[in-house]
Parts: sequence; structure tokens; C-alpha cells
Amino acid sequence: MTARPDPGTSTDGALLRCENVSLSFGNVRALVEVSLTLRRGEITALVGDNGAGKSTLVRCVSGIHRPQSGRIVFDGDEIDFHSPEDAREAGIETVHQTLALVEDLTVWQNLFLNREIVRRLGPVALLDRRAMQSRSKEMVSTLAVNVPAVRSRVRRLSGGQRQAVAICRAAGFSSKLVIMDEPTAALGVQETARVEELISRMREEGHSVLLISHNFIQVMRLSDQVWVMRAGRCVGGRRTAETSGEEIVALVTGAAGQ
Amino acid sequence: MANATLAAGDREAWSARLKDLGFWAEWAALVGLVVLVIVFQALNPTFLSAGNIASMLVAAAILIILAVGQTFVIATAGIDLSIASTMTLGAVAFGQAYAAGWGLPLSCLLGIVASALVGVANGVIIARGKITDFIVTLGTLSAASGLALILADGKPVTIIDPVLLGLSTGGLGIFGWSFVIAVVVALVAHVMLFHTRFGTHLLATGGAPESATAMGISTERIKIAVYTISGTLAGLGAILLVARIGAAEPAANTSFLLNSVAAVVLGGVSLFGGRGTIIGPFIGAMLLVALVNGLTLLGVSQFYQPLAVGIVVVLAALLTRFQR
Repeated sequence: MTARPDPGTSTDGALLRCENVSLSFGNVRALVEVSLTLRRGEITALVGDNGAGKSTLVRCVSGIHRPQSGRIVFDGDEIDFHSPEDAREAGIETVHQTLALVEDLTVWQNLFLNREIVRRLGPVALLDRRAMQSRSKEMVSTLAVNVPAVRSRVRRLSGGQRQAVAICRAAGFSSKLVIMDEPTAALGVQETARVEELISRMREEGHSVLLISHNFIQVMRLSDQVWVMRAGRCVGGRRTAETSGEEIVALVTGAAGQ
Repeated sequence: MANATLAAGDREAWSARLKDLGFWAEWAALVGLVVLVIVFQALNPTFLSAGNIASMLVAAAILIILAVGQTFVIATAGIDLSIASTMTLGAVAFGQAYAAGWGLPLSCLLGIVASALVGVANGVIIARGKITDFIVTLGTLSAASGLALILADGKPVTIIDPVLLGLSTGGLGIFGWSFVIAVVVALVAHVMLFHTRFGTHLLATGGAPESATAMGISTERIKIAVYTISGTLAGLGAILLVARIGAAEPAANTSFLLNSVAAVVLGGVSLFGGRGTIIGPFIGAMLLVALVNGLTLLGVSQFYQPLAVGIVVVLAALLTRFQR
């Protein structure tokens, strides 16, 4: 089901490398020569204040925006995405803050939305509901702890369960990189803990994750590498094990030098 | 022991379900139909005679077909107000072609194509032009009936064709051909809605358009498709209508529009889109026909029929507030 990226295929272990990526909207310089790398099989956090350019950078990686200069190398190839579908094709899945779930559909229908498995019967292609349901169960059981029956409607799920469904969808389908935009922003304490557990489990399963978060404690707890953005620039990167929350906060606010 | 507790659990579930208004909301059409049948049969024993059942089924056929088309549109959170005048246009196009000596198959095809084109126009204007469906189909409602009047020069064309006559009078036992066609349409529509990618994408488009777009579904294409389906089915209805009355009239057929929406509402399809069934509107259409037929059998003045239909529909709409 999930192709597990082998951390040993690339010499330096870099899955994604942004080199001097810049993007302006009119007079607003949203991204200024941003360079950062993201290693395979790790949770990489991207932090920064509101308007620091985190979302814009992520939108460049996930095919919504195109950088005006600089290059992005993903899995050894320079990328030039024209649409989110291109990015998805290349193996970059994004869990949006809105989650992009359809409440009236079931969990398995959401997991396979626009990627339905069909059986051909002459000229007509009919949904293979059984195959999708059983594969959904596999997808959900490898990752999530608290996800309900795949046949229940998303409308009946809690916020954390919905987040888990969206994350499972992104982690499935042989994705190489899963980008999560503030996955716990709208959740309570217990549900946040569950989703964090899910994110950690994804790393154990070999997935690479780019985590955007405002929550420094969460970043320190989950990530292997932290990149800090301020005013459209990438102002620093640290191995999480070798830094402290105070240092990250100082980088975010600009109190510390590079 | 285990079985006993299981059975008790089941009973509990059932009594809980019966108290749950959501259950009644989902099955409003079926419950209403059963109640109507019991009441009318008690008041007039000819109600459930083979002859009357056969005539009700035939009378329901066109409405079922239109309600299926309307269901597709409403499931995407749209509405097709032009469905009945599109049918009128199809009937007139069919009648004019037939009168001009095109022969039956070609004339049928022209009727369906004319109606389908109105549907395509609706879909393209709504999806590409990003205009509210209500306004667009209100416009085509007027435009299509105007076009029908122009084409027909305001006059009906009488059509006498042995095949059409057979279509409206023959059948399988008590199931007239037109009802058989309606059942086939409903079956195909059910498979499309629940067993194809198109159906899933349609429900996603209606339920959460932003999510559907984010997952790479073209909601524009889905919208154009559903209005085209609605128009095409209106064309099919046009042929059955001509077969039934033996003439192609440029009449407005307003009651078909109201009843098609009513059948969909009775069938528990959400007007906000994203959820719906085909069997629901199917039963809803049967209920409306049974209501009118029963009132006629009881000798209630025709004037009361629209009032009764209106009350039933508003009651059904009230019930849908309790849908789960």
C-alpha cells in the first residue's frame, strides 16, 4: 500500500532541496532566496510568525505557486509543477488546514476520493467498493489508533478523527512527502496528543513529513530538524536535538543572529 | 444468552429508531405512500384494483424520469427550474419533426437532442459563467417555453403513430411500457450515483465543492454533466408525454416542474446537496401520483389537488430538518 522511501537511496539523504527560491506578489516579497533541505524519513518542522512565508513556500512545493527564481529539487529531480495534481503525481501530498474532506461521504470514500478503484465491465467502470473498503481498513490500521469504522460518514467524526483520516489519505498512495499545515491548530489537548502520535508513527513507517506549526513545544517534541522563517527569508536551521525552544523563539522573533 | 442479549439489543435499536425523527425523515416518502394507500383503499376499494394501479404507474412514469434528472441536479446543490419547459420544447421539436415526415426514430432523437442542448446550455452558463443556478434555469424556463411556442406557432400537432400508441397502452402485465422505461432509467441512475466514479464525484461536488476541487475533481465538468443529464431525461419524458396525450403541445406543464422538485424533497434528498438516493424520489413521485389519483377517485374537486400536494411537500420539507 504505502511505498516506504528507503533512506539510503540518496547520498546525502536529502529528499527535498530548495535553492534560492524567491517569489513576489506585486511589491510584496513573499519569499526571498529561501534555501533549505529536508531529509528522508524525518519530520522536518517549518516555523515562523504569521506572514513569514511558511505557507507560500509550502504552496510552491505543493504546486499551487511557482517560484519566480531559484530551484526546487525533489527526489533527485528539479520540479516545475503547474498544478497540485502535478505535485501529487510526483509524490507530494498536502494535508490542508481545511482537510479537504467531504462530510457526507464515508471514511473510505474520502480516502479514495478521485482515486477510486474500479472494475471494468465492458464499456462501464464500476466502483470496486469492497476492495476500497478493505484497503481503507489497512491504511487506517497501520497508522491511526482512534479512527472509527471506515464505513461511517465523516460528519460523525470528531475533529481529531477527521485530521487522522486526512493524514492517512496523504500518507497512502505511495506518497514520498507529506506536508501538514498546522495539523493540531483546531484540536483539544487529547486529540492533539493522538494526532502527534500519528505523526510520529508515520516517521516509524518511513514517511517523510514537513510540519508547519506555531507550537514550539510540539515542534521540539516531534521534529528532527527545524527551519525558521522570518519576513520571507529562511533565517536558520537547527537539528532539533541540538537546539532549545528558547533558541528557536529567538530566531523567529529575530532576537538571535544566524 | 449471547443471542438473547443480541436480540434485546436489536429490539432496543428498533424502538430507538422509531422514536428518532431522522429515521422518519429518511423514509418519509415510503411511510407517506403506505399511509395514503391504506387510507384511499379503505375509503374506495377500487383504488387497489389492477386497472387503477396500472393507470397510476403509467401516470407516474414521466414524473419519475423528471425526478431522477432533478435528483442529479439537486445532489450537486443546484436546481433545474427549466426541466418542465425543456420537456415541452423536446415535445414540440419531436412533433414538428414528425409532422415534417422525419419518421419516428429520427424525430425521437431530435426531441431528446433539443432538450439535451437546453441542459448543456444550463450547465455551461452555471459552471463557466458562475451564475446562480436558480437564475439561469429560471431564464431557460422562459426561453425554452418561448422557443416551443415559436416552433409550434402556438398550435398543438396531433401525432398518431402505432408505435407510440403501443408505448402508451401496452406493457408487461400491469406495468405499462412507459413505467418500465422509468424503472430502467431509475436503475441506471442508481448505478451511476452509487457505483461509478462520476456518482461519487457528483456527491462530493454537492457536499463540499472546495474539498472536491482540492482533490482534483473538476466541479465544473460535474455541473455541466448533471444539467445535461437533466435535459436529456426531460427529452425522454417529452416522448412519453407525446405518446400519452397523442399530441405535441406547446403547453407550459408547470405542474411537472413543481412535482419533480416535490418528489425529490419527499425522497429525502438534501436541497443543500451532497446526499440523496434514487429510490427516495422514485417513491416520492409515486406518492404524489397516488395522492392525486386517490383524491380524484374519492370525487374531491380538482381544485383541492394542488392544495393537497402543497401541504404534503411542505410537511416533507419540515421532516427533512430532522435528517441525520
